[in-house]
Amino acid sequence: MKPHQRKLDIRKGCVDLSHGSGGRAMAQLIAGLFHEAFGNEWLARGNDQSAFDVDAGRMVMTTDGYVVSPLFFPGGNIGSLAVHGTVNDIAMAGARPLYLSASFIIEEGFRFEDLKMIAESMGEAARTAGVHIITGDTKVVERGKADGLFISTAGVGVVPEGLDLSAGNARVGDRVLISGTLGDHGVAIMSKRQNLTFETEIVSDSASLNDLVARMVEAGGTGIRLMRDPTRGGLAATLNEIAQQSDLGFHLIEEAIPVKPGVAAACELLGLDPLYVANEGKLVAIVAPELAGAVLAAMRGHPLGRDAADIGEAVADDHHFVQMATSFGGGRIVDWLSGEQLPRIC
Amino acid sequence: MKYADEFRDKEIALGLAKAVRAEADPQKPYRFMEFCGGHTHAISRYGLEDLLPNNVRMIHGPGCPVCVLPAGRIDMAIRLSMRPDIILCVYGDLMRVPGSQGASLLKAKARGADVRMVYSTIDVIRIAEDNPGREVVFFAIGFETTTPPTAVMIRLAEKKKLENFTVFCNHVLTPPAMQNILESPDIRNIGRVEIDGFVGPAHVSTIIGTAPYEFFAEEFGKPVVIAGFEPLDMMQAILMLVRQVNEDRHEVENQYSRAVNRDGNLRAKEEVSDIFELRDQFEWRGLGQVPYSGLKLKRAYAKYDAEIRFLMNELRVDDNPACECGAILRGVKKPVDCKLFGTVCTPETPMGSCMVSSEGACAAHWTYGRFRDHQQRRAS
Repeated sequence: MKPHQRKLDIRKGCVDLSHGSGGRAMAQLIAGLFHEAFGNEWLARGNDQSAFDVDAGRMVMTTDGYVVSPLFFPGGNIGSLAVHGTVNDIAMAGARPLYLSASFIIEEGFRFEDLKMIAESMGEAARTAGVHIITGDTKVVERGKADGLFISTAGVGVVPEGLDLSAGNARVGDRVLISGTLGDHGVAIMSKRQNLTFETEIVSDSASLNDLVARMVEAGGTGIRLMRDPTRGGLAATLNEIAQQSDLGFHLIEEAIPVKPGVAAACELLGLDPLYVANEGKLVAIVAPELAGAVLAAMRGHPLGRDAADIGEAVADDHHFVQMATSFGGGRIVDWLSGEQLPRIC
Repeated sequence: MKYADEFRDKEIALGLAKAVRAEADPQKPYRFMEFCGGHTHAISRYGLEDLLPNNVRMIHGPGCPVCVLPAGRIDMAIRLSMRPDIILCVYGDLMRVPGSQGASLLKAKARGADVRMVYSTIDVIRIAEDNPGREVVFFAIGFETTTPPTAVMIRLAEKKKLENFTVFCNHVLTPPAMQNILESPDIRNIGRVEIDGFVGPAHVSTIIGTAPYEFFAEEFGKPVVIAGFEPLDMMQAILMLVRQVNEDRHEVENQYSRAVNRDGNLRAKEEVSDIFELRDQFEWRGLGQVPYSGLKLKRAYAKYDAEIRFLMNELRVDDNPACECGAILRGVKKPVDCKLFGTVCTPETPMGSCMVSSEGACAAHWTYGRFRDHQQRRAS
């Protein structure tokens, strides 16, 4: 006789400690919610790991943790973000992402309905990016020990032959290309934070960039020295890192840097600088000057690179300064962010 | 962005820069102090110095409310915040201002203090209503601009009969500090640089008007031009100051006429004078004790005074002796003249007031302008 098990009540139910204890409840949660959302042959086999074949050549691997608050924001949620972020970290090597893992740390009391929605958008984000979530883990912690839900994803991908993108590769004279407007994600998140709800039409730019990267690699090949996605710390942090790692500086033109008017207005209101605000669907590419035009054209031909722009160049500089000609006609440094970007009082 | 971009127009800026260059006498130094941190930030953020001739120099004054808050007052707030019954509400950039020994409210929060960042005083009232079992304290700081909202909040608390709400008052006044820069006894020790004119506060003046500067301009014989915070406002104000100096005038002129009038906001001034009164002395980080420069709650509102309700003891912390903030705030020295600048004193670990907030003279120079030091060194 098959033991009776009550179906998961997605609409009204929530996660409790039994869903992380290794028993039937956990098996039911994994099968009923995660497998359903991610649906692929590897998960169906039900192993503690997944086996896959690889071609000879170079692979990349990356991992990332997601603790975003709020969990749902205009343009996405923690689930889609967890897929996009890891896919993008792989893509920044010029690589084609293949497989992801996903670990969930869930606070007891978390609603099944929300978890299902998050898992489904992960599944959808993975399908759109052409990757598979092939292994995972679920832990449940007591109330107060996690902020609803934390997700950790890891991923692997293969690098096209001949490509070796790395942070130290930038050379003096290289062009700095950006794939679109800055600050959309950060402002979308802030607009929904507690204490700070404001009306904006800005949605997060969270998206997988691997397809855009493939087009860029076609156009630029080894002329692409390196790519980065300017997430936390924004464009400023990314370029300062590259300046140090490549032992040079950058000169940017403020007027060339695309920022949506709504983002600029929100930043103005809060005393923030869009150059320091997070993005989740943008990339910076440092490209050899002779190929910059071709790569930029390829970017603009892709829906995720429509607003791509050439915003400056790499210059010789022992101090590794990122300098910018302001739209006002003066000069300034775009420095590292110190601490968290906090609103100014007046 | 409508109503902002118009004040950042490059062509107009270049036109004003040309006029400044044409009218400023190359044989003469023009040393202007912008009092407000907002102006300091605009100068650095837009690279205004690059548009001015070498003999027109901007001296960054003490008008950043976060920077001038003495470490002792921060320590008092930190000590209070560690009480389990307290919720301390603060404006954002106050969170990382250092007290003594590297302590800050951000670190106190990590150690368990309930410190909440608010964007408006209305948020504080809401937090007090939502937490009837806790004591909600507002860490009030700022110049004349942020004092009226604190007054409104106290009125609202009175109306709502809130018993769990108090204010830790650190509001300060602009005119006494400007005066102190020109005549404090410290000048004998650190020397002084002649200041040829002042760019007067923007937001502060919307409240107090232009009249309070008239005595100042007359008494000290210095021109004052009230200016908005946009870069074009600054450029125009500088041109107006150059003209006053050239014509040997010392008047109060109002560049920011779209927001400021002579009398200011009468309603706001009334609210403030109903609720607050002058302190005999208030300490400013970098300037020391400045007479009649701070506000406290009047006796009739003592029940909302956190210093009284929680018997907060005044704490004093001496500034680092090597710190040159006092001289920098008075224009006697530049950030690079300080031994601490960029070595032990950086925006991550500020030692003195000028490095505390991005509006401080040292932080602004470090964050936006330090490439010029290297350019100058290379040129010489």
